[in-house]
Amino acid sequence: MRVSKRASGALAVGAAFALIASGCSSGDNDGGDAGASADGAIVIDGTQPENPLVPANTTETGGGKIIDWMWTGLVEYPNNGGAPQNALAESIETSDSKVFKIKIKQNTKFHDGSTVKAENFVKAWNWAAYGPNGAQNASFFADIQGFADTYTEDPDGPDGPKKAPEPKVKEMSGLKVVDDWNFEVTLSAPTAVFPTKLGYSAFMPLPDAFFSQKPEEFGKKPIGNGPVKLVSWQDDVEIKLTRFDDYNLRDKMKIKDVTVKIYQDDTAAYSDLVSGNLDFQQQVPVSSLAGDKWKTDLGDRAIASTTPSTGIIAFPIYDPKFKNPKLRAAISHAIDRQQITDKIFFGNRKPADSWANPLTPGAEPGNCTACKFDVNLAKQLLQEAGGFTGKLTLSYNADASHKEWMEAVAQQIKTNLGIDAVAVGVPTFAVFRANINNHKMTGAYRAGWQQDYPDVENWINPLYVKGGSSNDGLYSNPQVDALAKEASSAPSLDESHKKFAEAVKLIDQDVPSMPIYFGGQQSGHSEKIKKMELTNVGELDITSVEL
Amino acid sequence: MGRYLLRRLLQLVPVFIGTTFLIYWLVWKVPGDPFAGKCGDRGCPDNFRAMMTEKYHLDQSIWVQYASYMKNLFQGDFGITYSGREISDIIMTSYPNTLKLAVVALTIEAVIGLGAGVLTGLRRNGFLDNLVLISTLFLIALPVFVIGFLLQWLLGVKWGIIHPTVSGEMRMSELIVPGFVLGSASMAYIARVARTSIAENRRADYVRTAIAKGLPMRRVVGVHLLRNSLIPVVTLLGTDLGALMGGAIITEGIFGINGIGRQVLRSIVTKESATVVGIVVVLVLVYLVMNLLVDLLYAALDPRIRYE
Repeated sequence: MRVSKRASGALAVGAAFALIASGCSSGDNDGGDAGASADGAIVIDGTQPENPLVPANTTETGGGKIIDWMWTGLVEYPNNGGAPQNALAESIETSDSKVFKIKIKQNTKFHDGSTVKAENFVKAWNWAAYGPNGAQNASFFADIQGFADTYTEDPDGPDGPKKAPEPKVKEMSGLKVVDDWNFEVTLSAPTAVFPTKLGYSAFMPLPDAFFSQKPEEFGKKPIGNGPVKLVSWQDDVEIKLTRFDDYNLRDKMKIKDVTVKIYQDDTAAYSDLVSGNLDFQQQVPVSSLAGDKWKTDLGDRAIASTTPSTGIIAFPIYDPKFKNPKLRAAISHAIDRQQITDKIFFGNRKPADSWANPLTPGAEPGNCTACKFDVNLAKQLLQEAGGFTGKLTLSYNADASHKEWMEAVAQQIKTNLGIDAVAVGVPTFAVFRANINNHKMTGAYRAGWQQDYPDVENWINPLYVKGGSSNDGLYSNPQVDALAKEASSAPSLDESHKKFAEAVKLIDQDVPSMPIYFGGQQSGHSEKIKKMELTNVGELDITSVEL
Repeated sequence: MGRYLLRRLLQLVPVFIGTTFLIYWLVWKVPGDPFAGKCGDRGCPDNFRAMMTEKYHLDQSIWVQYASYMKNLFQGDFGITYSGREISDIIMTSYPNTLKLAVVALTIEAVIGLGAGVLTGLRRNGFLDNLVLISTLFLIALPVFVIGFLLQWLLGVKWGIIHPTVSGEMRMSELIVPGFVLGSASMAYIARVARTSIAENRRADYVRTAIAKGLPMRRVVGVHLLRNSLIPVVTLLGTDLGALMGGAIITEGIFGINGIGRQVLRSIVTKESATVVGIVVVLVLVYLVMNLLVDLLYAALDPRIRYE
């Protein structure tokens, strides 16, 4: 059967070619092509979402990309990585970066036919910020006034016997619905980057239907407001999406159906891609990268792109061994990042030379002087720091492909500084992460960061400011904290970026972690897809696909 | 016979309880916090972890957890995964897929393995015998994933005869190649065991008698020889169904089949004791029942064997 399908497919292509070649009236041809594209269907690769699909409760890519496709937020991030633009928002106005007046476009619809109103945003955000709901993305609402009242902290941490006290109120005082199309957001402190954050999936609106059922039930049959809606979701097999015909914002679908086929093994997906049974794979398997095999296999259908992510090795600064910034700088200078990206990643990733990924607005390329490979300087700094005794461990989680590059880094430190450095694999990410969360690391460890929203703020506040959500090494420099605070509350993004640049200069002297490489992505598509684009984070922009 | 059956069935109870507890305990002992790695490099908010820990009783001792799990299990409730899916639902969707694959594999290995075994057992040291000897050696020596990737690449990518992966509908025709891959090693063993067994019984007295009294060769081989030689083969085949189901994880991965292998692997990594136990419990039952069936089949094949 399959053979015959292929044959008829080849025939159809042949016929189309014959029509074009024979110079049929162009009107007919155009009509035919557009029709084919408009009813077109593609199959792309994916992974089983870990949780029911609720935007504020999704933090992994498998579910994240389905949510990105099914929802449209107030702002959207252009594919070229530039500054965000209004999508569902008609206007976002502020005079002091503290009170934002948000007006949304009228008469856009959710997939169940109900209208997207201002209260759909306010209610969704309040749900996510209410502590007992346990939303994974709750911290994104921390800027909003009244967050501390709805999201109470556990007095003795999650492992202690006490529980977090029940919040006094269910709604944040900083959110106010003005009318159906207008609402007002008051932040607890001025935050210039707030409108940029609004495109992140945590800030998506939820339909009224969400609040009348359990979140898990909603998440099995999610209702969004984006260019595609859910048809069916068969666990571990496939998720079927189709064009939402009532969608009236910018990014309308040019094809009709998208099937996300769920693979457990990326090499299986790759075999399907090469044999023409899969139309898009976001990341081809590591095994196909060696010797650029994927480029030979796919030809001009191979797409190399950069993603706003950075591979980092972080220091546990709470460990007295790593207190001295000179020691940290010495280790960082001893790493030849170019060699690692060339030899281990076959040039598919780029050596890191700045603290924030350069694809991010407000980031300055080349501002990581500690990232420069300089053996003599490294040796000198090590001497000034008083040397390093004992073993330097570099831990990584062994359930993903980090072994090679971590071992290469350890070897370089050993060769260039004479420190007894070893790379240590921790069996699973869960164990690895638990040790990091509990501040039990005794050596440097692998970390990674992919931006949530395009702004340099997202690369500084969570990672290098005291109390930041991912400042796992407990790095703290009061000057950096003060500058970052000033930067975050600056009245405009330009001023904010300038202040962040000053903070980065201080971070660069302290070397709380070592950026090693900038992320790269190697994708491939089928011959069927004639035109497509990747989003700013490297996902397929399904609205750009043409057949 | 009846008493024997009852005794065997009663033996299932302690085995069942023992295995479930062992597995539950082993998964519980897997180090790491199940919710520590769930939110990526950012780490999960404390409220989320507190809520999940409470929801799944992870703050209680292993005994309490196991007891409440068993209580629910006997009421037909397999529990839910950390992502909120019914485990019974996972078992219902993934088991038939793995079972289908295992049955296809079993059929292929029985037909080809037994066929090759009988042919070579009757005509030893001929060309065919040597060919089978070498090819079975080859199959046993090659790991499953090598055969899997090789066939997938050759048939699926290079020649385009099959889809490289199996679709969600799990059509039988799609399962032939994965089934062959899964059953390849056992097929080789069965061919060898059948060959030896046939060759041995070929010289037995009752076979000589059957030939001497002038029975056609077909009947001698088909009824007298084969029936007696089948006992070791049936033992192999019977225990193999369980082994194939439990060991299908690699084949399932290569051909993208939504079977139990993927579920077990995922739940071990995420420390979901309930899911692992739920799936393995059924697997244990399959093993036990197949063993019992094999023992009963002995009596049917060889009248000398009786069960009291």
